[in-house]
Amino acid sequence: MAFPDPSFFPLLLVALPFVAALALGLSRSDRERSGWVALGIAIVQTIIAVALYPQVVDGKVLSLKVAWAPSIGLDLIFRMDGFTWLFAVLVTGIGTLVVLYARYYMSPNDPVRRFFSFLLAFMGAMLGVVLSGNVIQLVVFWEITSLFSFLLIGYWYHNAAARDGARMALTITATGGLALMAGMLLLGHIAGSYELDVILASRGAIQDDGLYDIALALILLGALTKSAQFPFHFWLPNAMAAPTPVSAYLHSATMVKLGVFLLVLLWPVMAGTTLWFWIVGTAGLITLVLGAYAAIFQQDLKGLLAYSTISHLGLITLLLGMSSPLACVAAIFHIVNHATFKASLFMAAGIIDHETGTRDLRRLSGLFRFMPITATAAMVASAAMAGVPLLNGFLSKEMFFAETVETHTGTLLDRALPYVATLAGLFSVVYSVRFIVETFFGPDPEGLDKEPKEPPRWMRWPVEFLVLICLVVGIIPGITIGPFLATAVLAVLGDETPYYSLSVWHGFNTPLIMSLTALIGGIIVWLLIRNYARSVEGPPIMRMLQGQRIFERIMVAISWRLAGRLEKILGTRRLQSQIGVVLIVVLIAGIAVVLRSDMSRFTFPSVVPDPVFTLIWIAGIACAIGAAHQAKFHRLVALVLMSGAGLVTVLTFVWFSAPDLAITQLLVEIVTTVLILLGLRWMPKREPDIYGTDHLPLSVKIRRARDLVIAAAVGISMTLIAYFVMTRSLADTMATYFLELAYPEGGGRNVVNVILVDFRGFDTFGEIVVLGIVALSVFALLRRFRPAPESMERPEQQRLLMEYFGREDDPEVDGPRRYMPVSSIIMHWMFPVIVVLAAYLFFRGHDAPGGGFAAGIAMSIAFLLQYMAGGTRWVEERLRVLPVRWIGSGLLIAALTGLGSWVFGYPFLTSFFQYTELPIVGRVPTASALLFDLGVFALVVGATVLMLIAIAHQSVRKPKKRPGDDDVEDADEPQQQPAMAPQGDA
Amino acid sequence: MELILAIGIGVLAGSGVWLILRPRSFQVIIGLSLVSYAVNLFIFSMGRLGTGLPPVIDPNNPMDVSAYTDPLPQALVLTAIVIGFAMTALFLVVLIVSRGMTGTDHVDGREPGQ
Repeated sequence: MAFPDPSFFPLLLVALPFVAALALGLSRSDRERSGWVALGIAIVQTIIAVALYPQVVDGKVLSLKVAWAPSIGLDLIFRMDGFTWLFAVLVTGIGTLVVLYARYYMSPNDPVRRFFSFLLAFMGAMLGVVLSGNVIQLVVFWEITSLFSFLLIGYWYHNAAARDGARMALTITATGGLALMAGMLLLGHIAGSYELDVILASRGAIQDDGLYDIALALILLGALTKSAQFPFHFWLPNAMAAPTPVSAYLHSATMVKLGVFLLVLLWPVMAGTTLWFWIVGTAGLITLVLGAYAAIFQQDLKGLLAYSTISHLGLITLLLGMSSPLACVAAIFHIVNHATFKASLFMAAGIIDHETGTRDLRRLSGLFRFMPITATAAMVASAAMAGVPLLNGFLSKEMFFAETVETHTGTLLDRALPYVATLAGLFSVVYSVRFIVETFFGPDPEGLDKEPKEPPRWMRWPVEFLVLICLVVGIIPGITIGPFLATAVLAVLGDETPYYSLSVWHGFNTPLIMSLTALIGGIIVWLLIRNYARSVEGPPIMRMLQGQRIFERIMVAISWRLAGRLEKILGTRRLQSQIGVVLIVVLIAGIAVVLRSDMSRFTFPSVVPDPVFTLIWIAGIACAIGAAHQAKFHRLVALVLMSGAGLVTVLTFVWFSAPDLAITQLLVEIVTTVLILLGLRWMPKREPDIYGTDHLPLSVKIRRARDLVIAAAVGISMTLIAYFVMTRSLADTMATYFLELAYPEGGGRNVVNVILVDFRGFDTFGEIVVLGIVALSVFALLRRFRPAPESMERPEQQRLLMEYFGREDDPEVDGPRRYMPVSSIIMHWMFPVIVVLAAYLFFRGHDAPGGGFAAGIAMSIAFLLQYMAGGTRWVEERLRVLPVRWIGSGLLIAALTGLGSWVFGYPFLTSFFQYTELPIVGRVPTASALLFDLGVFALVVGATVLMLIAIAHQSVRKPKKRPGDDDVEDADEPQQQPAMAPQGDA
Repeated sequence: MELILAIGIGVLAGSGVWLILRPRSFQVIIGLSLVSYAVNLFIFSMGRLGTGLPPVIDPNNPMDVSAYTDPLPQALVLTAIVIGFAMTALFLVVLIVSRGMTGTDHVDGREPGQ
């Protein structure tokens, strides 16, 4: 394979615009630079696309496969054949012209960086669809084009019409995209592969399959919505609220062309059936006529062009619906022709809007004198749109007329086709004439916002260039577009490629008569209705076809009424009912599991339970029920009872050989209790039962009974499941692996600790990150918070103390030093003892119960005791605890330990260990896991202390004067926060 | 033994669930703690119960897997204890702040009927 390998370039074509869009979006480029970057990328894209021509000529196909999800047989395939090459050149070429044009069109107030970024991304998505060799991939890019067209149409989002238009376009096209997805899945299922080449080769299998009808309907739903075919046409005129460069791009060469692109792409396998003819042909025919008819009565330049676009897309669709190879050739040809003249017309309309300040046909007049060059170009393009000879539009329209004359099915519709086609051609002449005459001729315009003039040179250039193409293709088609069209047609039709001739003069035949009829008739009709057309708002009769109204009604019904009704039925703002539902669902799931298991082996114990253990649990059960009963009115009692249940849990861990759990649970129990004790101060006084004690309302009784039933059911199920599992013998589990490898591989004898810091170190790392985040959240929540005013008042106990000991000390800030001196001193002296205990727990952790978690919590208890004994003020004058730094260094140590193993070429957190002899201390394990555990330790200390201090500081942060203090000056705040200040409050 | 523990787990869970369904936030916080005891014990018991078999290896004797309890549920529960503590602390603070801002300790942030 020679370098550069050409099969790489289709991928580059898709990726480059996305990369550029992202870079541009993230950069700080100004107006000038964004324009240049976008233009540069677009030019490079065009050059790449054009240069790939030799690779696709003569039916050759470029293809690159990139593994995506090989396990389910999905690969990303970037594929280019003659037809998609033609499309890619259209997308990139017209994209370049649009970018150039937009540089001059966009106002200095518009954020152009965003505009160009979206435009490039849209180009990438378009190329993604065009160059996909896998139909799933194609649908993904298809939906991306919908998303970016939404962003582009809604670019001026301060404008309600732009927002509505964007939303409508997205809703219609993305819904169609979903249908397309389903259709493509079916198609892939029928063909046995999602690869386009395989699908294209299985025509027989696909059309014979029973699922063909459904797949076809779904795919057509996607294609017809995208190409704005009746009855989904109404989104396109609404999308005209977009900036004109967007309209020029989306509605000439790209977005709306995707629908017909897909129809052409799948034409070889899907076309030819009756169903195809009826759906595609009918939709195309109706759209062709209605679009042209509606365009006549538009007063907005862009509106006229929008309906004309709809009509021309209808023409292409109709051609494809006819299912004859020649019609397919005409469709491909017209795709190209329409893109060139329509893009130039949109840009011309934008120039007129830009230079006069209006697009209203009734206000515009006689512009030829002011902008002769633009006017000439626009007139040529309109003539191409009307199908005037010597222009490209004439050629494809002639082919279309010729095809309608051919008999295909012999039905009534088929026989009427030439007449209907001529009528549509006549309409298109009417609106083209109207566009030209009313804009460029007649008296000088009056009441314009500004004096019209020619636009800047390079703003006009894209229009001129495209018009030149219209002319050249129209005069000498055989040697200009001919070879490229032939390549494209060969790629689609292969052996079926028919003979066709691209010359201007085919003799005096039926199509020519039809063309002439349409031209002359169109001018006559225009003369007859010219005044009427100016006076109406919207097309007569067709106004009654209110697709848009129906769409809006459906949207309101679904997204407003139905959603509101569902929310009323299913939603609630009450937490209790939500939790209730969750619990009931879990309960049902649990019961289902129990019912489905084999209960025959459910045996009762033959051994008598240990009396001590039984007694312990009788106490535990009493504590749990007591806590549940007391939590409403006697919070302290409930807290003590809860801790009692916690202690029973600790004892159970001890009993059943889990010393690590017991230590950690015990320490956590202490910290939790203190935390809640601190929080108790800020809860409102519990008023006596609002319902009184004697007569509860029935609803309350029912609610409580219901909750009791749920609680009992959960409890009983838990008991049953736990018992059921515990009495089963345990099969061989992972435990063996951990037990056998803990010492030889992890270097620790305490298997639980080795699992935490070594085997599953990454999980522990995640866990300490969570802990740190929680601590910071607590800190952030409380940082600016002031307690409720009614809990500012000193509790009765504090007031009594202050009366007895004098008012110098504030017991809330200064702790019990004055009135509990003995306990206070003991607590002070406990500090070094607990620090040693923490160190002991830490170092033995790898070999015996203990470890970073337990040591960290023990250490934080040491700090906690100081706060309790000395009060906030006293401690913080003497001890600077910087919890956030503890958290930070903890995380850093743990992460660095993990990264350290990378240095030695091992995966993240691979541990290393050995034992070293230290003087006095003796043999200590120096595993890298110990360092990791140190990180855990530091983080746990920091997090716990941060939370405790944040809550304890609530009592410090009060207004200076409080109710209940008559003359006592409260300590002011800044002095109170040495520990907190450096990290956050500053 | 298993039966006693199973009943204990059930009572802890039932009491906790009852409290979680109550309207006052303090009741919920106590309830959550009780439920975490129950769940921790439940997960722990999945490794089966055994006395005198702590998973601390004696390197002097040959490896005998049956001489130790399952360390994996213990490791799981150890992390669960710490995360449970963090959850309780966070919930407590949310409770305090919500009470300060709404003036009520009802879980919905407003008294019923308001």
